[in-house]
This record gives sequence, C-alpha cells and structure tokens, in this order.
Amino acid sequence: MKNENEKMKMNNNSADLSATSANSVEVASERATPELKQDSIVATSNVSQSSKTPKDNYAGDIVVPINWKTSIIFTVLLGLACLFVLFSTDAQARFSFIGLNETALIQIPNVNLPAQITIMVLTVAMAIVTALSYYKAIQRQKMNIAFSILFGFSWVFAFLIWQIQGKETDFYVTGLLSMTMALSAPLIFGAMCGMVCEHVGVINIAIEGQLLFGAFSAVLSGSVIKIATGNDGLALLGGVIMAPISGVLLGLLLAVFSVKYFVNQMIVGVLINVLATGLTAYFYSTIMTENLALNSAMKLPVVRIPILADIPIIGPVLFDQSVLIYIMYILVIGLQYMLFHSRWGLRMRACGEHPKAADTLGVNVNRTRFRNVLLGSAIAGLGGAYFTIAQGLVFGEGMSSGKGFIALAAMIMGGWKPLNALAVACLFGFTDAVQILLTTFGASIPSQFLLMMPYIVTVFAIAGVIGKVTPPAQEGRPYVG
Amino acid sequence: MTDSNPKADIKRVDPTMNPSKANPKLSKEQQQVFIDANTPRRNDPEATSWHDTVYQILSSTWLVSVLSVVFAFIIGGILIIAANAEVHVAAEHFTENPGGFFAVCWDTFAKAYFSLFSGSVLNFNGADFAKMIEPLTSTLTRATPLIFAGLGLAVGFKASLFNIGGQGQIVMGALLSALIGFSFDLPAGLLLPMCVIGGFVGGAFWGFIPGILKAKTQANEVIVTIMLNYVALNFIRWALLNPVYQKEGQNVPIAKPMSENAIYPKVFGAAFTTNFSFIVALIAVAVVWWLVNRSYLGFEMRAVGLNPFAAQNAGIKVNSIYLWTMIISGGLCGLAATSSVLVPGTGVSQDVASTFGFDAITVALLGRSNPIGTCLAAILFGALKAGGYVMQAQTQTPIDVVQIIQALVVMFIAAPPLVRKIFHLPQPIGKDILEEVA
Repeated sequence: MKNENEKMKMNNNSADLSATSANSVEVASERATPELKQDSIVATSNVSQSSKTPKDNYAGDIVVPINWKTSIIFTVLLGLACLFVLFSTDAQARFSFIGLNETALIQIPNVNLPAQITIMVLTVAMAIVTALSYYKAIQRQKMNIAFSILFGFSWVFAFLIWQIQGKETDFYVTGLLSMTMALSAPLIFGAMCGMVCEHVGVINIAIEGQLLFGAFSAVLSGSVIKIATGNDGLALLGGVIMAPISGVLLGLLLAVFSVKYFVNQMIVGVLINVLATGLTAYFYSTIMTENLALNSAMKLPVVRIPILADIPIIGPVLFDQSVLIYIMYILVIGLQYMLFHSRWGLRMRACGEHPKAADTLGVNVNRTRFRNVLLGSAIAGLGGAYFTIAQGLVFGEGMSSGKGFIALAAMIMGGWKPLNALAVACLFGFTDAVQILLTTFGASIPSQFLLMMPYIVTVFAIAGVIGKVTPPAQEGRPYVG
Repeated sequence: MTDSNPKADIKRVDPTMNPSKANPKLSKEQQQVFIDANTPRRNDPEATSWHDTVYQILSSTWLVSVLSVVFAFIIGGILIIAANAEVHVAAEHFTENPGGFFAVCWDTFAKAYFSLFSGSVLNFNGADFAKMIEPLTSTLTRATPLIFAGLGLAVGFKASLFNIGGQGQIVMGALLSALIGFSFDLPAGLLLPMCVIGGFVGGAFWGFIPGILKAKTQANEVIVTIMLNYVALNFIRWALLNPVYQKEGQNVPIAKPMSENAIYPKVFGAAFTTNFSFIVALIAVAVVWWLVNRSYLGFEMRAVGLNPFAAQNAGIKVNSIYLWTMIISGGLCGLAATSSVLVPGTGVSQDVASTFGFDAITVALLGRSNPIGTCLAAILFGALKAGGYVMQAQTQTPIDVVQIIQALVVMFIAAPPLVRKIFHLPQPIGKDILEEVA
C-alpha cells in the first residue's frame, strides 16, 4: 500500500514535471512573440486561469478594485450637458422630417422642440444613467452597453439642440440619417474586413489602404472598360468586381508576409497603408491626370424596395439605396450568422483563439488564416468602391481619410461581433454627419472642433465607456506550429 | 531587436524532437530551419574554408538588406517606367520598333535615378564645390525631423508600443515651440533652448494622453494615437486662425514670425540649409542610445517590451513604463517640429508635420529600433526625399514613387526569408525564422 502510494506520488511528480516543462515551453514560445497589445496579453492570462470564473474573485478577502472609469467619463460629459442647459434659451429647435423622397405615403409634420426644456429632460436622463453607472461600479458589475448607447445618444441630441436652437432654418433629420448611412457604409465594410481577419488571428490595420485601393481600382477599371466598350453597365460591373480583387492583392501581401513569413502583422499593415497611399497617389498624378477619362464618375444604380421604402423617416434611408448597401446588409447579417453558427466560423475562431488546438484537430491553421485574410481584404476592397462608384464620385488622393482606422476602432468597440460593430460604425457615421451638417448650419463652436468630434468620441469610447473587450486570444501572433 | 535575443529559448525547446513528426504542418523549408536551429553551431575556427566564407557572406543579414534595397528600387523603377508618357508613346509603336521601346524604358529608368542621386548626394553640374555638395546638406536637412521622430518611434518599439501619433505630436510640439518663440523677448542663449524644450514638452503632452489611457484603461495606443493625430490637425487649423498665433492683419492661417533669438544657427554656413537642429538630432541619438541601452529606465522598457508578464513578476511597474515610454516617444516626435519651426520666416504652419510622423514608422523599422540604425535610416530617407523633389522637377516623376520605394525596402528587410527565397540565398546556420523577422 505504502509502495503504491509512493509510486503514485512519483507518478504525480513526473506528471508535475512534465506539466512544468510544458509550461516552460509555453513561456518560451510566449516570449518568442513580442506583444504589441496589452489586451492580448491579458486575454492569454485569462485563458491560463480559465478555471476561475469572475465570481470566484470576490470570494474571501480578495476584492476586485472598483472600476470608476465609466462613471468618471459619464460625469464629465454630464457636466458638459449641464453647460448646454445653462447656455440654452427657450428658443425653438426646428426639426424637419421631410425626406428626400417626397412621394412617401406617410408624411410627418415638422417638430419644433423648446430647446431648454428638451435639453433638461435629456440631461436628467443622462444623470440617471450616470447614477446607475456609480451604482454598478460599487456593485462591481459591468454596465449594460445599451445604457452607454442611450447616454451617448442623449448627449449628442442635447448638443444638437443646443447648437440649432433659435435658428430660422429647419434641421433635416432625414438628411442627417441618410448622411449617416453614407458615412458609415465604408466603416461597416472596413469593420467586417477587420472582423474576418482578426477572428482568424491576424490583425489587419491595412484596412485603410485596402479601402483606398478599392476606391481607386473601382474607378480605374470602370473607366478602362467604359473606354473599351462604351457600355456603362459593363463598366460598373467591372468596377464592382475589380474593387474586391484589388483588396485581395493587398491582402495577399499581408497574408504572405505575416502568415507565411511570420513578419509582425502591425508592421506589414502599416507598410501596406504606406504602399497603397503611395501607389494611388502616384498613378493619380500620372496616368489619371494625363488622361482624365481614366478617372470618370459613374454611379451604381439605386434600388428602391417597394413597400419598405415607404416607412416614414427610416424607409428611404435604409431601403432606397445603392446596390452596394444591400450587399452590405447581406454581408453583416451573413457574417453574424456564419461566424458563430457555421463550421467555417468555428474553425476560423479556433484559429484565432487557440491555433494549437485547432491544428491538433486537423485544421490547417495557416491555410485558414491565409484564405480568410484574403476574404476579409476583398470585403474592404469592395467597401472602397463605396467612396467612388456607389456615390458617383471620381477618385481623389487619400480619399479614405482615415476611415479604415475608425473602422478598426468600431470593430474593437463592437467586441468583435458583426452586429455590435455595425452599431458602433453607425454611431461614428452619425457623429461625422452631425459635424458636417452643423458646419454648414453655422454652429456657434468653431468648425475645427466639430471636425475633431468623431475622433474624440472614438477615444472616449475606447478608453472608457466600452471598457475592456476581449480580442481573439492569439490575435497578432504568428502560428509556427 | 538586434541587441537582445529573447527568442534564443525557442530553439532549446527539445533538441531530440523530430520536427516532421512534431509538426507535420511545417514546410520542408521550416523543418530545415528547425533542424539547423537545433544542431550545434559550426564555430570551430579550423573548419573554416573559403567555402564557408562564401556561405557566411551569402547568408548574412547585411546582404539581405542590400538586396532588399536593390529589389525595392527595381520595383520603383518599373513603376517609373509604367507611368512615363514617353514610354506610353513608345509602347504604341512597340511592334514596329521594339528596340526603341526598351531604349526609352532604360533611358527613363536611368534618368530618374540619376536625378534622384544628383538631388541627394552630389550635383555633378555644380559650378563649385559648395554647389556640388549642396544636395548632401539638403539631405541632412530633410533627414533631421526624421531622425527625431524615428527615435521617438524606436523608443516606443523598445517597450513594444506602437506610436502612430507622430503626426499629432509633431503638431503639438510645433505649436508650443512657436508660442514660446514669438512670445518672449530673451537672449538667444536662453530663448532657443526654451523653444527646443517647448517642442519636447508639447509632443510629450500629446504622447502622455495615449500613455495614461493605456496605463489606466488598457486602451489600445495604436487607435488612440491615430485619433489624436486628427484632433491635433484640427487643433492647429483652429489655432492658426486664433489671434494668439495669427499674424496681425491676416485672415488666412499664417502664424507670427519667430523672434530672431529663437532661430537655429546654420551649421555649415549661410550657403547651406542645414541648421543646428541636425546637431541636436545627433545629440538626441546619443542620449536615446544611452537611455535605451545603459539607463535603468531603458532596461525596464526593454524588459516590458520583451515580456510584460515577466517584467511585472520582476517588480517592474509595467503601466508606468508604458506611460513614460509614450511621454519620451511623444517628446522626441515633438522635437522633430523644431527643425522646421525655429527657422526664419512664418514658422509654424498647418502642414508643419508633413508626413514625418508616418515616415518615422518606416525609419524606425528600417533602423531596427536601434538609435544609430534609425539615424542612418533617417538619412537614407532624407536623401530619398531630397532627391525625390529634384527627380520630380527634372523628370516629371511624382515624388510618391519615393514613398512606395520606402515601403518596399522596409517590407523586404522585415522578411529576410522572402528575400532569400527570391535570390536563392542559403539560410544562416543557427537562426530560425522567428528570430529573423522580429
């Protein structure tokens, strides 16, 4: 019996030893990949202690420190909102709901809101959310994201009323919404691209370059086909096909360098952005200026969905749109389903979360990564087409203007989930639209500060309101095997 | 990335393990690397022969770097040819005169690169010696902001922080530096250093924001710095229309001129553009070298960069290192602004940052985050830029091609295995892929 016990002990010991050696291997390989993001580090530490649920942390004497972050940011914003109340008058804020499409069955009359009272109501709502955030912080719980969104929208709405109070002209809500749509579409495409790439474990910060290159090649190939055949339909088709292909070309660079040759993904991404900016600027100032026909404006057809487009306010915004927008709807819904309910999605996420496990079960990690990076890049390239041929614009140098990075932020804030990312992208688009409309509206604050708004909102959102999101565990690390 | 080698561990994983059994997914090439990595190095001096010498040369890192540059220039040359109007004309007559087409191509290629060279190193048509070496000094002038900003990025890379906010930090540095430069009336010995420090502080403040957000909320510094670039850009647009900065009697964004005492003296005499900021940049290289390689803070930064967990376990306050790294990185980027702000004339302008902040990323990558390497890389990029403008003027080749060449150079240098494959070079003994691409 004693012998057996000792044997057991020995076995245990040897098991322990092998475990520690396995650990040291892990550590060694961990050290082999320099971390660029702290998020991923924390995520891996979570994986190693996955047996601990968050609740276990509260047990005993160990107490998680209270996280005041969200509350503090809400308080600051609430203070600003109080200033809106102070500086508002009892003048009216005039909103108009007349759409771009006058034929809608139901017309909504204009709404004139008394500025001060409305802002007050909104501020009270914000104060309630802020109080809730303090309560949740003390309870050491996470706040529901819906409240944060509610807070954000009330704040923006209060700000809007403060800015347009007493103005004689109407503020077109439908115009604001359709502009939001136009401005968020590239963000949504970009975010979906980032989603596909990052779930499979590859950080793609080349979205910016892919959008730009997509916009460029959509116009260029469309124009070439137009010159060659004279057929507008064929030209547009060519543009829509070439845009994702050009995205794939840049994606191929990312895949070859980072998946096949294990170069740091961030570095490759930055370089691809530089390359795309350089290439497009170079060809824009040579062949496109030499021959203006190579940069001709063409517009994808707008499709009106009969009954849905008659819904007041949102109908024309959502269902009287360019073909590309409908592709986007399918893409977002399809990705949301496929990512979390299909074999493809499961394998993809496995490659991003635990490539070794995926490899053990027979998934070819690097091949999966390679293919999905190309797929994601195709999405970004198609999104680039939105800048040009979807809106009937010619190509301009650097016309993506940082949208790719904001798309990345939208994806991160959306917690790597398509529908959430869609919501965040729309929020960014909305902020941008507010800024543009207010600039033309003659707002009281300088236009430069309005221009900063979308970016400041992003910083606030990333730093505070959303809190910690968990990226795919092995994101940004090459899989060597 | 070159001076310390954390990846040395990986090849000691298990020497007896058969790579093909352990990792059936590895390609043959990778298996070879694995085997190479796990066999003892051939460092027996008696065994060296000329064959080994050739092998060492072929497998060396510097050959890869040289070939990367050559390869990038060849691709750039192809682009120059592809977009040239004369070549297009010649291509239309290709079937009649193929020889002529290739002659035109070669001519375009050679002319473009010759003007690039004569615009950056030596002007052979210069009347006297001063005119001949003028391009070289213009290279140094253009390299100066890149040295500063490149050092800033390199410091960030040491702590594995990716500071893409160089643009914004340069803008904020320029604003503070200029504010001091035209507000105070002090002797030159006092005002100029104050302006330089102002540049550092302005940039450091703009680096502090992502630093503190990273330390307190784990906000990803890449995205925060990108967003802050846009904020800074709009801020300077506003500031230059503000009476504090705007020149009296102007309604366009033109800033007040610098005080005479706040202007950098010229280094090589009045005939050349290079000013004293180049010397400051060289001092910064030395300081950063000391900071990173010899100081306590630098040690902690490198430790955090290599493995934040291990650093935390060893008692290093990782978050405060992140904060300090971002401050220093931002401050160095802010210094980049001084070389173009503290000059006679309008001083700060809207495009004071040009694209230095982004170019600095490639500079630091090319310099492998090593201060001296970064300085050399900045001079190379300065030369490309100085020559690029001459090339644009002389051959109508847009300067954007320089940007493409820069990106390609760094991309190839970052992937030695790819370059080796392209040129069929042997792998170095005892190195594995992960070690090389770091």
